[in-house]
Amino acid sequence: MKKRQNVTIKGTKDGIVLHLDDSCSYYELKKELDEKLSENQRTQAERQSTPVKVDVGNRYLNDAQREEIKDLIRQKKNLVVGEIESNVVTKAEVDKLKAENEVVTVSRIIRSGQVLEVPGDLLLIGDVNPGGTVIAGGNIFIMGSLKGIAHAGVFGNDQAVITASSMQPSQLRISDCLNRAPDNAQNNDKREMECAYIDENHQIIVDRLQVLIQLRPNLNRFEGGH
Amino acid sequence: MGEAIVITSGKGGVGKTTTSANIGTALALQGKKVCLVDTDIGLRNLDVVMGLENRIIYDLVDVVEGRCKIHQALVKDKRFEDLLYLLPAAQTVDKSAVTPEQMHKLINELKQDYDYIVIDCPAGIEQGFQNAIAGADRAIVVTTPEVSAVRDADRIIGLLEKANTIESPKLVINRIRNHMMKTGDMLDVDEITTHLSIELIGIVADDEEVIKASNHGEPIALNPNSKASIAYRNIARRILGESIPLQPLEDKNKSVFGKIKQFFGVR
Ligand SMILES: Nc1ncnc2c1ncn2[C@@H]1O[C@H](COP(=O)(O)OP(=O)(O)O)[C@@H](O)[C@H]1O
Ligand SMILES: [Mg+2]
Repeated sequence: MKKRQNVTIKGTKDGIVLHLDDSCSYYELKKELDEKLSENQRTQAERQSTPVKVDVGNRYLNDAQREEIKDLIRQKKNLVVGEIESNVVTKAEVDKLKAENEVVTVSRIIRSGQVLEVPGDLLLIGDVNPGGTVIAGGNIFIMGSLKGIAHAGVFGNDQAVITASSMQPSQLRISDCLNRAPDNAQNNDKREMECAYIDENHQIIVDRLQVLIQLRPNLNRFEGGH
Repeated sequence: MGEAIVITSGKGGVGKTTTSANIGTALALQGKKVCLVDTDIGLRNLDVVMGLENRIIYDLVDVVEGRCKIHQALVKDKRFEDLLYLLPAAQTVDKSAVTPEQMHKLINELKQDYDYIVIDCPAGIEQGFQNAIAGADRAIVVTTPEVSAVRDADRIIGLLEKANTIESPKLVINRIRNHMMKTGDMLDVDEITTHLSIELIGIVADDEEVIKASNHGEPIALNPNSKASIAYRNIARRILGESIPLQPLEDKNKSVFGKIKQFFGVR
């Protein structure tokens, strides 16, 4: 009986895909991968560097193992390894993902010297006073006045927005963009119900809240209905 | 058992010591037994404002370190029949000489014998502040109508809210100058109260009589004829739970009146 293959190599137009079986032991897998790649190397001589994708199916690889597999592939000539794909994620990863997609509601005043940070969206029922800071992985919605600093999309989400019932921030930050209040601003004009977002020139723009309906349709989480 | 009230502000020079002296005096005038505690170790001056400097024998650090009994360190105010006492701060050692635990114990002991302990807090947010709030049940935050003072008050309120053993702090706005508020050169009472969103318990005008009185060691609250004195006396009565609207003397501003009414549930 022919032994089942633990490593299958498929060529695609974007390079090669390595399918690594998820039922054998990790040790076996590594050994076979090394052998297969060495054989393969001999057959395809002086080719240009080939991108490699790895699919490990239902196997969970910890960070050290991922590095080991990547190293193994890198050692072979002409192979450039990209992502390792797995169907399995840890609970910690899921929790993080979930937290980043959650709206956290906080009802208090963020006072001078205080920092409030949430992984996902923030709904603040209260004010951010001068010297206070709110930070979110996602969007920031402030029901009261924003007079301090707000930083949305802190992990690099350019699509994130900031809204406030009264927009008088000392600084606005979205992703890696920054926008501060003009010096000596006379904020006598009421800045009511406004939003801030990053435009196509990578600048933070402050505008009427309603522009978001067009600009950020993905703010809609409501499904179904009319 | 008495209640301990800490008078704090963050920023220096806004009137914590003046407010402590006058609220203490005004509470004693109402017949309450009061002990003033100066926690501004190294920079004491509550004794000077009260005119009690010459009678100091022991101080707060002596008590904490066991060199004397509490009652030996307390300075009696002769203007009152056994109602007003001062526990002075040490002048010679630094703030780290006392810990919050020691302060807590000391204040608890005083609460057995006094109706009100009024604690004068040093400026800043470090150990001196932590000591001053350690034994407090209530807090009064003093600010002036200046942006920097209000900013520091906000910071202090945040810290007080975190120390959740203290009930929600009350606000005193000190050194108000009516003409500057009218011209918009000073933050107005409404703006400050909205911004800090805590309950306003009194406003005190900027009045040179206050400075004169302090220099003579006679807190202004003893003088029945001054605007500032009436303001302090009213604060004391509000502390006692009386519902006192703002006096016309204190301010004519309608919105201020509205705030006070709101605070006392008149609406
Ligand atoms: N309402 C007032 N009107 C005029 N001067 C005042 C008033 N309150 C305080 N002062 C003065 O301001 C100065 C600082 O006050 P003080 O109570 O020592 O502040 P702190 O204890 O907060 O440092 C003192 O000279 C005091 O006399
Ligand atoms: Mg002082």
